[in-house]
Amino acid sequence: MRRVSVVFRREFSSYFATPLAAIFLVVFLFLASMFAFNIGGFFDRGQADLRPFFQFHPWLYLFLVPAISMRLWAEERRTGTIELIATLPLTMQDLVLGKFFAAWAFTGLALILTTPMWWTVSFLGEPDHGVILCSYLASWLTAGSFLAIGSAISSLTKNQMVAFVLCAAACFLLLLSGFSVVLDFFRGWAPNMVVEGLSAIGVLTHFESMVRGVIDLRDVLYFASLIVAFLVINTAVIDWRKAA
Amino acid sequence: MATLIEAKDLRKRFGAIQAVDGISLSVSAGEVLGFLGPNGAGKSTTMRMLTGFLEADVGSVQLAGIALDADPLEARRRMGYLPEGAPAYPEMTVRDFLMFIAQARGFLGSEASRRVDGVIERIHLQQVLGQTIDTLSKGFKRRVGLAQAILHDPPVLILDEPTDGLDPNQKHEVRNLIKEMGASQGKAIVLSTHILEEVEAVCTRAVIINKGKVVVDETPESLMARAPEGSGSSAMDVVFRSVTSGDLEEAGQ
Repeated sequence: MRRVSVVFRREFSSYFATPLAAIFLVVFLFLASMFAFNIGGFFDRGQADLRPFFQFHPWLYLFLVPAISMRLWAEERRTGTIELIATLPLTMQDLVLGKFFAAWAFTGLALILTTPMWWTVSFLGEPDHGVILCSYLASWLTAGSFLAIGSAISSLTKNQMVAFVLCAAACFLLLLSGFSVVLDFFRGWAPNMVVEGLSAIGVLTHFESMVRGVIDLRDVLYFASLIVAFLVINTAVIDWRKAA
Repeated sequence: MATLIEAKDLRKRFGAIQAVDGISLSVSAGEVLGFLGPNGAGKSTTMRMLTGFLEADVGSVQLAGIALDADPLEARRRMGYLPEGAPAYPEMTVRDFLMFIAQARGFLGSEASRRVDGVIERIHLQQVLGQTIDTLSKGFKRRVGLAQAILHDPPVLILDEPTDGLDPNQKHEVRNLIKEMGASQGKAIVLSTHILEEVEAVCTRAVIINKGKVVVDETPESLMARAPEGSGSSAMDVVFRSVTSGDLEEAGQ
């Protein structure tokens, strides 16, 4: 745990050593509120809830998360610092977890900075705070899943652009497979099992059920297993080809 | 003298290239081993296997009595490593970077600061402490790399080109530091270099490798003695060329 926290602290503070943190936070806050007000019809709905705000989060993460995750390992490979950290008395697991948690905490910070939206609806009406809390959790878990995927992909290359594009593509597929338009396309002719399966692996299915305010253990398990699976892959890849 | 580095029959293949082809090394406390060889001879690959960054296809490494594959963390604790090019996080300040290394090496709180302060004084980094690493000159960057390698006072040091990019004064200083760490602190040190005079100046032993194999393993003095008479100050160059360029080597044997 101590070793993970050493890596975590270095990684987390590294976001603020460059303009990356500021740019990410500004873009995230700007887009998240713009979508909520302009496309989601936050005011027009006349309801005191944050549905129009949260429903666009997975789509925002689609390109904002790869922007964070692309550098996680590709940068270490490019600058050669991987040789330094891999020969310190730290395990690969310490490094993978420290980096992942730092990135996840950073997206958590971005979410915390959106709480003025929450104060606003509380001021305007009487929202269901449980639902909002649950939505925040859903959003954070989605970001975490995308980050784990991005971290694993970043560990495969020393080229950050490659890591960005592959991660965005992987997350897009994961989003699409739960999207109702895609599901409807299959529903007409494919066996029910295929449609159910696609919907079960899709992020949106689980995200939307949590945003409705229901914490179903299956949804939480879905996100948790995505994160764990990709971090295990990440560790294996780094162990397998440290020098590549 | 205790053997601190024991490498047996290391082999590594990258695709069709046999980069390291059966290298065995045994380095005792107090020895400073100069690792020489033409570019691509397998120096860095061998050092990476000694530190456990690369896994050898065949062979074993023991550092200060700990088998690298059996207990990698404990073996790494006993070793300091300056990788090729002295990589470091460019956005960190020198002090933050060294504090990170100290904490990663398990030093807590004031002990970590004490270690960092000590090494800063030894390597003379005071004037760049607050600078970020990407603003440092090549020489200072190399010295930061050296500082992180010796911060925990390890019995084993593996240094890949520790004086590359230093000016003559800095070279002199770093060489004295290395000599001192070998002679009076009894560390086992392996350093690679392209500068043959450096081997004469700091090493107690010279190992030349070529095409992944050890071709010479003796003291710098006896290495010099191989040179034909009258080669003077370039004696080392003459010997190096003759053992690393295939034709001459075969002709000489």
